[in-house]
Amino acid sequence: MAADQETVDRVRSIDVDAYKYGFVTLIESDRAPKGLSEDTIRFISRKKDEPEWLLEWRLEAFRRWQTMEEPKWARVSHPPIDYQDIYYFAAPKSAPAPRSLDEVDPELLRTYAKLGIPLVEQEVLAGVEKQKVAVDAVFDSVSVATTFKAELAKAGVIFCSFSEAVRNHPDLVRRYLGTVVPSTDNFFATLNSAVFSDGSFAYVPPGVRCPMELSTYFRINERNTGQFERTLIIADPGAYVSYLEGCTAPKRDENQLHAAVVELIALDDAEIKYSTVQNWYPGDSEGRGGIYNFVTKRGDCRGARSKISWTQVETGSAITWKYPSCILRGEASRGEFYSIAISNGHQQVDSGTKMIHLGRNTTSRIISKGVAAGKSQNTYRGQVSAHRLATGARNFTNCDSLLIGRECGAHTVPYIEAKNASAVIEHEATTSKVSEEQMFYCLQRGLSAEEATALIVNGFVRDVLQQLPMEFAVEAQKLISISLEGSVG
Amino acid sequence: MTAHVVTRSAAEGTLARQFAEQERREPSRARASAFARFAAAGLPTRRVEAWHYTDLRAAMPDAAPILPAPTRAEIEAARSRLARRERFAAGAQLVLLGGRFIAELSDRLPAGVSVTEGPVDARAVDDPLAALNEALSPAGPRISVAREAKLGEPITILHLANGDSSCSVYSRTSIVLDAGAHASFVEIFAGAHAGVQRHTATIIMLADGATAKHVSVIGDEPGLHIETQIWELAKTAELSAFGLVSGGELTRRQIFVRMTEDGAKASLGGLALIDGDRRADTTLQVVHAAPGGTSREFYRAIVDDDAVGVFQGKVIVEQAAQKTDGAMKSQAILLSPRAQMNEKPELEIFADDVVCGHGATVASLDPEQVFYLQSRGISKPDARAMLLEAFGRESIDRIEDERLIDPLRARLAAWLGARK
Amino acid sequence: MTANSIGRAQAGGRGAMLEIRNLSVSIQDKLILDNLSLAVDAGEVAAIMGPNGSGKSTLAYVITGKPGYEVQSGEIVLDGVNLLDLEPTERALKGLFLAFQYPTEIPGVTTMTFLKAALNAQRRARGESDLTTPDFMRRVREAANTLKIDQEMLRRPLNVGFSGGEKKRFEVLQMALLAPRVSVLDETDSGLDIDALRVVADGVNDLRDPKRAFVVITHYQRLLDHIKPDVVHVMARGRIVATGGPELALELERNGYRDYAEEAA
Repeated sequence: MAADQETVDRVRSIDVDAYKYGFVTLIESDRAPKGLSEDTIRFISRKKDEPEWLLEWRLEAFRRWQTMEEPKWARVSHPPIDYQDIYYFAAPKSAPAPRSLDEVDPELLRTYAKLGIPLVEQEVLAGVEKQKVAVDAVFDSVSVATTFKAELAKAGVIFCSFSEAVRNHPDLVRRYLGTVVPSTDNFFATLNSAVFSDGSFAYVPPGVRCPMELSTYFRINERNTGQFERTLIIADPGAYVSYLEGCTAPKRDENQLHAAVVELIALDDAEIKYSTVQNWYPGDSEGRGGIYNFVTKRGDCRGARSKISWTQVETGSAITWKYPSCILRGEASRGEFYSIAISNGHQQVDSGTKMIHLGRNTTSRIISKGVAAGKSQNTYRGQVSAHRLATGARNFTNCDSLLIGRECGAHTVPYIEAKNASAVIEHEATTSKVSEEQMFYCLQRGLSAEEATALIVNGFVRDVLQQLPMEFAVEAQKLISISLEGSVG
Repeated sequence: MTAHVVTRSAAEGTLARQFAEQERREPSRARASAFARFAAAGLPTRRVEAWHYTDLRAAMPDAAPILPAPTRAEIEAARSRLARRERFAAGAQLVLLGGRFIAELSDRLPAGVSVTEGPVDARAVDDPLAALNEALSPAGPRISVAREAKLGEPITILHLANGDSSCSVYSRTSIVLDAGAHASFVEIFAGAHAGVQRHTATIIMLADGATAKHVSVIGDEPGLHIETQIWELAKTAELSAFGLVSGGELTRRQIFVRMTEDGAKASLGGLALIDGDRRADTTLQVVHAAPGGTSREFYRAIVDDDAVGVFQGKVIVEQAAQKTDGAMKSQAILLSPRAQMNEKPELEIFADDVVCGHGATVASLDPEQVFYLQSRGISKPDARAMLLEAFGRESIDRIEDERLIDPLRARLAAWLGARK
Repeated sequence: MTANSIGRAQAGGRGAMLEIRNLSVSIQDKLILDNLSLAVDAGEVAAIMGPNGSGKSTLAYVITGKPGYEVQSGEIVLDGVNLLDLEPTERALKGLFLAFQYPTEIPGVTTMTFLKAALNAQRRARGESDLTTPDFMRRVREAANTLKIDQEMLRRPLNVGFSGGEKKRFEVLQMALLAPRVSVLDETDSGLDIDALRVVADGVNDLRDPKRAFVVITHYQRLLDHIKPDVVHVMARGRIVATGGPELALELERNGYRDYAEEAA
């Protein structure tokens, strides 16, 4: 017997049609005209006052994009995207680069307040007891404000919008941009390389442990604006940085495209921890109008003993196509991937990770938990490859799927490629549903079916939740709709 | 289907000509439709997900000429070869020479089994090579096991290659077990050399309560071996199939199982022993279309030198197939620095009340185990051979039939022995 | 013993707390409970003994609402309400508790998390506010100490890797915290050694109360040396075939169940 109808309905109602962030901020925008052409690109570059080399880089990517085709192999289907029917640049009308929050459009600040984003420094300090979180908030295509610059500057950490980095640290950007995800990498990455609007930039100097967690919130507001963020994070030898990314989006009728690129570079003995709690709009109960999320995220463990870990909790977007990856180049480098992917309604999730072992004695660990409900399709697609020179490569992968209700599907497609006899690769996967025994045990103790399901799902994903930075774990658990546990354990 | 226009490869051109030639001689609507399906897709490349690790289009520079039916002289030559040949198992043997069923070289079948010769139908599977086989195979043996018949000895189907020149061999066999029947089959592929491109298909249908064991043995050295098996299981039918690959430059075994009614069981095993430059690809697709089914896949490979092993196992559980129990395990041992193994165990699950899982590992011989044996006075090569033998045997032993296990074990031992 | 008094301690006595009337239950067309009647009074500890296959566990499951059983006829009344009309959660919130014979494992859900959820569910049903974390922790620690359950076990995932004895003790811990009105103990002694048995029995005895009832289902008499019953029922072939005092249990131990095997005809 499958989960009863009540439970199924309850899980169904978690995000769909009760999407609490479904509102729109009415602000005038300075938009590029619709459509994509070399002119659009020049418009964007000019608006951002970019140097010539960057414009050239964009144009090269654009010309390349014109020769490419959208990939068709993922288990997702969608009506064709008309790339000419999208605005590629929408900045709010207030002046760029405000020197203080007083200069920011108050409507914007109210939007952030509604979203619960602690933009104002006092609010941040009050909200978080032990940690300080620096917020680099992105409103559509332009970074609006950056907090805690002073503290970070003391440590030598650079954390600013991508546009600012181009202006103030062009050498750093030029040295690393496109070295992890080349502009020719794939259809969506190439598109992003041509029209990227803004994003985050972080640099941590040698030996520095970044004094706080860096965080960014995104929001897609304008009609028909694809969002194309570009993020670049560099950890010099011995550095440590933990970065949090969280997203919300308003209710929309037309599907909105999100094609971001994130590049991480960790040098010798450096560590980058990248966490995402994704809460995009999934489409209404008929599956209309959600966000299309096609993201290329890649980490280059360039240095020896470097480490990059991706942790994500996904519950939104109509279609997700996303494979955060690690290139394990440096000797004894390590890649980790922890993921909870919850799909509901009519969502289609095709995501996973790639661990590419190139250097010697590299290790990787993948823990993926998928929960499928409603009429959704949830696919894990992972690649673990150990190349010829990757002696001593080691991987452990565990991916489990939980099905709630009879109309959804959970799929696992792992690609395991060993070109090296000393590699050891272990992969395990299971698919099941919440057992009747477990359900009855909880019900007999007075829990309602919804409470019982929430409890059991929480237990199912626990291994991954424990990887999230504390406050993101809070956000994540809310998203999974259960109450926080007490101080034991 | 992709819309981009692709120019035909040389092999595809030759195949089209070969088919046209055959159509002229013996037109057949069914075969024409099969060839049309093949032509629409063409020879598969990496872009076809099911052929992700074996780019057949690139691997086939051309299609070899199709072998005509054997002459009287060739049949007599084969007869003497057969007389000298040691049998794999006791029991009746059916012989195909150059892809054609030769009744006069075959044994009489025991009571409860009969064979006729004719076109072999199969349910459509979405694969270009399965379609190609249907298009170009001559009439083949159609074996029938009667209701409730319980065969004592396995029936051997011997595929004997014919001639020394470069050639393509196509063959197609069907096996039908009526309700409650039980039978075992061994298909042996022998005598092929590097110039042979072999395309073989076996279609097996099990009616209610029927049980079948099937073992495939590829020990000769064809340049290309494409083997398609299409199984269909009715209520509580059970299949146990195994394939041993120890020869061939490029071998591809693709097995399609569909459990159409309640309570069916499928157990698929395999052992690939690949060295030199060989490439062995085993691709399984098991579809649970009805409730209460059980599937087990257990695949092992030992890969040496510059060889490449591929295992793809896809289990699809349709929405109606509640209470499915599925487990898949694939394990490979790589023996040399340049050996390669690619594994893709897939699950596509649309029913929720199921228990499905898979595991896949790639490793080398455990140095601790090797050392342990050495410390007991066993030489290093012998120790490694012992461990490899144990590894291979575990896969073979799951067949649970001594008459089939013993000769398979012997082949494993021979392969390991020859490696010194 | 008259036919009237089979199934209850006193014929025609005061209203029972839990009353099962003419209950017939089948699984896949096989009749397991056959017109079973039983009454349990407040403050009573009623033992139900019977051979394997008599339907004892089925009775426990049907009372608490486990799915998979087809009730053909009859009712189970607690405080004037027919439990058969209620979902398992609702029955639990009315004060019904089942100590499972094989407590289920729930990976990833710690014991503490589970206890807190269950305890707060009971409180909310009574209109009370959730326990504060310090209060909750204190209560759990006290109850755990009494049952010799160490703190470390409370942090482990629910029942995962627990020994038989630990699982049973944890069931009793839940009873102690949730304070149910009617507790059904399904072969609580199975798999326990004598020391574990004593700890569990002491735990149950501590909970005895004039306002509470216990139904102790057991195959062996041994448990009843430690949890002394007020009344002993014998169950065979899906119904109660004999009712008596504690001495009935001793008689069963001497003579076995054979006298009752054919009784239910």
